[in-house]
Amino acid sequence: MRDFFSAVTGKAVRAVARLRGGGSALPGLVVERLDPGFMARGLERLPLGVIAVSGTNGKTTTTKMIVEMLEAQGLSVFTNRTGSNFSRGVVAAMVEEASLGGKLSADVAVLELDEAHAMFFIERVKPRFTLLLNVLRDQLDRFGEIDTTARYLQRIADATTDVLVVNREDRLIAEIGARTRVRAAGTSGPEVREFGLTQALLSTFPGDDDFHAGSGGGAGAGAGAGAGAGAGAERAGADVTLVELGKNSATFEIDGELHSTPLQLEGLYNTYNAAAALVTVRSVLGRAVAAGLAQTAETTAVLESLASVRPAFGRGEKLELDGQPLELVLVKNPAGFRLGLASFDAEGVAVMIAVNDQYADGRDMSWLWDVDFESLRAGGVDTVTGTRAWDMALRLEHDDVAVGAVEEDLGTALAAFRSRTSGQPRRIYCTYTAMLGLRKRLSEVTDVEEI
Amino acid sequence: MADQRELVIVSLYPRDMNIYGDRGNLLALTRRARAHGFEPRVVELNVGDELPEHVDIVIGGGGQDSGQGRVSADLVGRAGEFRELADAGTPMLVICGLYQLFGHRFVTASGATLEGIGLLDVETRGGEDRMIGNVVVESADFGEIIGYENHSGNTVLGPGSEPLGRVIQGAGNNPTDGAEGARTGNVLGSYLHGALLPKNPAISDFLIATAATRRYGSFKPLAGADATADRARAAAKRRPR
Repeated sequence: MRDFFSAVTGKAVRAVARLRGGGSALPGLVVERLDPGFMARGLERLPLGVIAVSGTNGKTTTTKMIVEMLEAQGLSVFTNRTGSNFSRGVVAAMVEEASLGGKLSADVAVLELDEAHAMFFIERVKPRFTLLLNVLRDQLDRFGEIDTTARYLQRIADATTDVLVVNREDRLIAEIGARTRVRAAGTSGPEVREFGLTQALLSTFPGDDDFHAGSGGGAGAGAGAGAGAGAGAERAGADVTLVELGKNSATFEIDGELHSTPLQLEGLYNTYNAAAALVTVRSVLGRAVAAGLAQTAETTAVLESLASVRPAFGRGEKLELDGQPLELVLVKNPAGFRLGLASFDAEGVAVMIAVNDQYADGRDMSWLWDVDFESLRAGGVDTVTGTRAWDMALRLEHDDVAVGAVEEDLGTALAAFRSRTSGQPRRIYCTYTAMLGLRKRLSEVTDVEEI
Repeated sequence: MADQRELVIVSLYPRDMNIYGDRGNLLALTRRARAHGFEPRVVELNVGDELPEHVDIVIGGGGQDSGQGRVSADLVGRAGEFRELADAGTPMLVICGLYQLFGHRFVTASGATLEGIGLLDVETRGGEDRMIGNVVVESADFGEIIGYENHSGNTVLGPGSEPLGRVIQGAGNNPTDGAEGARTGNVLGSYLHGALLPKNPAISDFLIATAATRRYGSFKPLAGADATADRARAAAKRRPR
């Protein structure tokens, strides 16, 4: 009966909120207040339970991959699609999808969890599967310190019951995996599985530690990120290893065999997350097949479903403007910006950078100084915009990157960028709220998928 | 190496103390030194490394708590060398974590004590609450200083150090006394990231002028106002805490 009232209340709040043009999380907030057990009861009934995805970078795209790959194998999947990854966002999504009886008709839930808010979540629901992507310097003005963030992720790992999937190439995440293995050997902990990179790719994938290890701190300096599992030439142990990266294709080593697949995802960053999604999906499918919920867990079938996944909004999303491609690359922290610059070729592309300092972006601009912008020197940056456009311009000046125009207002900057760069492919690197603002303005002049 | 106009800048512990973009201080300082006609030579000093024979400027930044223990031990082991440099008037700028370790000691929130080298007459205790946000400081020596703080350490000054300035917006050394940073002679400590020097060329100029005067007998400024820095300062001042 409680479920019924909560579901009805939530749906009513949602209807009112929509009429007023309100946000997606409000019904979640109301139901959470009235019925704190609503989320746990709904999720505990799912036959395969909850898959939690956490870490600093790549949660949204990776969650989307896992959802679409599981759906392709016939599973019914519940997820917090809006990217509202606080628990009230999860509750809001549940309210929307639940029947009036308050029941979710899904086989499994795949939930993107913000590191800090995951603490609230795991007190209520234990994930059966957890994927930990990375721990990087992100919004430190919110979490305080990177070590604090790592401790949050450790607690998610400790709450996980069946399988913990970890990034072998991220030192702090690999340490969480190692500690969990020790614990699992003693008592009953989750099985630990890893995704990894070959030595050759590792050197092109700079983590925070590597960035500062070399003299002068050039991106890609040193390959010390592999501190996780020892430093053998080709280290064994990963469930899925990314071996080779092509243009819209990749080769993964799975169970000792090489598999090449076409991809709609682009860049090292997204493709490495695909390896993470593959390990997670393989772990879940094994149990799904045993429970009669999925037809197959075969590698070829799983890779086929991966091939059709498109990037999530703003994560290397491709739009078209005036007959030319326009890419939106979300940058939230130094490692993400470095990877964004390394993943997309600067040549022949007009570049705009949009940096805001709203709460969701992080108010601190210090992080811009932990990114090298030398790769933009040859072509320059056409336009810099956002509330902290002048901080960005100052940063570029220190790397001798020429800037065409600095304009704080997003709309004015976009219009000028559009007219100045007609006939050229364009790319915009943007922080979170800048991306939302630009997408809104772009939707007035071209096709932009609603989110 | 053009010895005539060289300035040796020692960058302290870049491997352990590199958080919050303090690397920007090195970029800004070397850029500004070139603009004033000098050839900066950067020497990175990590745990166990030797100090170069000649040092003109020392700078260092903040770090994670986990890196600070290692650095404290190494730093205390060479306290005499740094004391000599400071007594000789070598200009130094240390931010956040190294600011704390350039004081007498840092007592963490859990009660552990990290020894410092006492070049600044300050002592720091780990606090309950983090002081986070944009900061504006009014300084007699450097005018208005613009930065960003993110720390839980509460730092209190003794009589041997003067504050860098009075806080107009933000917390500074601690939540109560309205002071930010510390200065003893030519040694400056501050909690401000941002990074500090790119948006505060007046402090870069102080470090360069002091070093140049000590080494070459005089300093004639060649670089003028930094227009982009001025715009970034104005924008930062408009933003909420």
